[in-house]
Amino acid sequence: MPLSLRTVDTIPEARAVLATGQARYLGGGTLAVRAANEGDLSFDTLVRVADPSLGTVNVTGGRARLGASVTMSAILRHPELGDIAPAARAIGGPAVRTVATVGGNLFAPTPYGDFVVALLALGAVVETDGGTMALDEFLLLRGRFDGIVAAVEFALPATGTFRFAKVSRVKPKGLSVLSIAAVIETDADGTVTAARIALGCMADRPVRAEKAEAALMGAKLTPDGVAAAVVAVSHGIRPATDPIASKWYRREVLPVHFRRLLLG
Amino acid sequence: MTKKVPIQITLNGEERAEFVDSGATLLRALRDKFGDTSPKGGCHQGTCGACSVMIDGELHLSCLTLAEVCEGRAIETTAGLAKDGVLHPLQQAFLEGFAAQCGFCTPGMIMAAKALLDHTPSPTRDEVVEALSGNICRCTGYEPVIKAVLSAARANSQKVA
Repeated sequence: MPLSLRTVDTIPEARAVLATGQARYLGGGTLAVRAANEGDLSFDTLVRVADPSLGTVNVTGGRARLGASVTMSAILRHPELGDIAPAARAIGGPAVRTVATVGGNLFAPTPYGDFVVALLALGAVVETDGGTMALDEFLLLRGRFDGIVAAVEFALPATGTFRFAKVSRVKPKGLSVLSIAAVIETDADGTVTAARIALGCMADRPVRAEKAEAALMGAKLTPDGVAAAVVAVSHGIRPATDPIASKWYRREVLPVHFRRLLLG
Repeated sequence: MTKKVPIQITLNGEERAEFVDSGATLLRALRDKFGDTSPKGGCHQGTCGACSVMIDGELHLSCLTLAEVCEGRAIETTAGLAKDGVLHPLQQAFLEGFAAQCGFCTPGMIMAAKALLDHTPSPTRDEVVEALSGNICRCTGYEPVIKAVLSAARANSQKVA
């Protein structure tokens, strides 16, 4: 089917094009162009926004704001985003990272979207043309979201508090069996004072592991200290079965990798 | 009838202009309109890397890039690497190291390797593996390819020294 590309200057203009019902937003192309290549007939127009501010990273006052068009490569190059670089590096190979955007990752279905798992652990908020909302809330409604994402914003984690693991069968790069991101703060004694944990491939979207977070509070990151959290991490998960792994396998290996992440 | 749109690019150093179908990928435009069949169409999903090209010095997948987005930009493909009949060091290293079997993945492998060596002239083995991680080979396995890239890097550094 013929496909046309519209390039507009602003998000409201793009919103107007999307309102026709036959258009899809074009970020880096890893989702939209792929869908077109696969014969998706639900759209005949791709619309992109030329506003350069969408591709801007701002780090001020301990908070980072990533425009929706910021690519994984740009995150890897940014000197102040080194702590979250492992999550950006987990996305695709180098050519994918050149174009894959933060905004696009928000819509990447399981088993994709590992960067969003990191954003969820970081407590990110999503700026859209209709307002700002917590990422947890955004992920709940993303299937029926009809706005445009402008940026994500989050507090940069203190050095050494962000942990990330992506588990793939193919090395060094492959689709996720699962991914785990965590921001874990400890006091001088090594006792956990704050924990925020997010899981990828454990539902139809990245989800928090709130029971495990609660179990970690006041614990130490020792084999005995994390034992309760390792049991709790599987609470409420509904992993997917796909060509990468069965839900049984994902359920079995999650506690193993979670324990390694905590003790590593 | 599919709408045609004009695009002008610098392809391997040469100014070129063509009318392409609106919404056509760069891969399709390069192969069908510009006559450069070195990028290969493998998965069309951004998974195999066979269509890898450089756009303004950065590695891209031409199957996921719309041709219209490339207006005014510089495209490099494997077809432009040999100069005056002399193979690029990467091509020479692939040839000497038997790093190609069917050859389908080779142009993408070479562009991914070039993207690495352009910025990291003396990479470690791990850096080579990472640089090629978006490129799939289904014949030789990856060892001869990795060795060829390291060999090309050594040849380059000897040339510089």
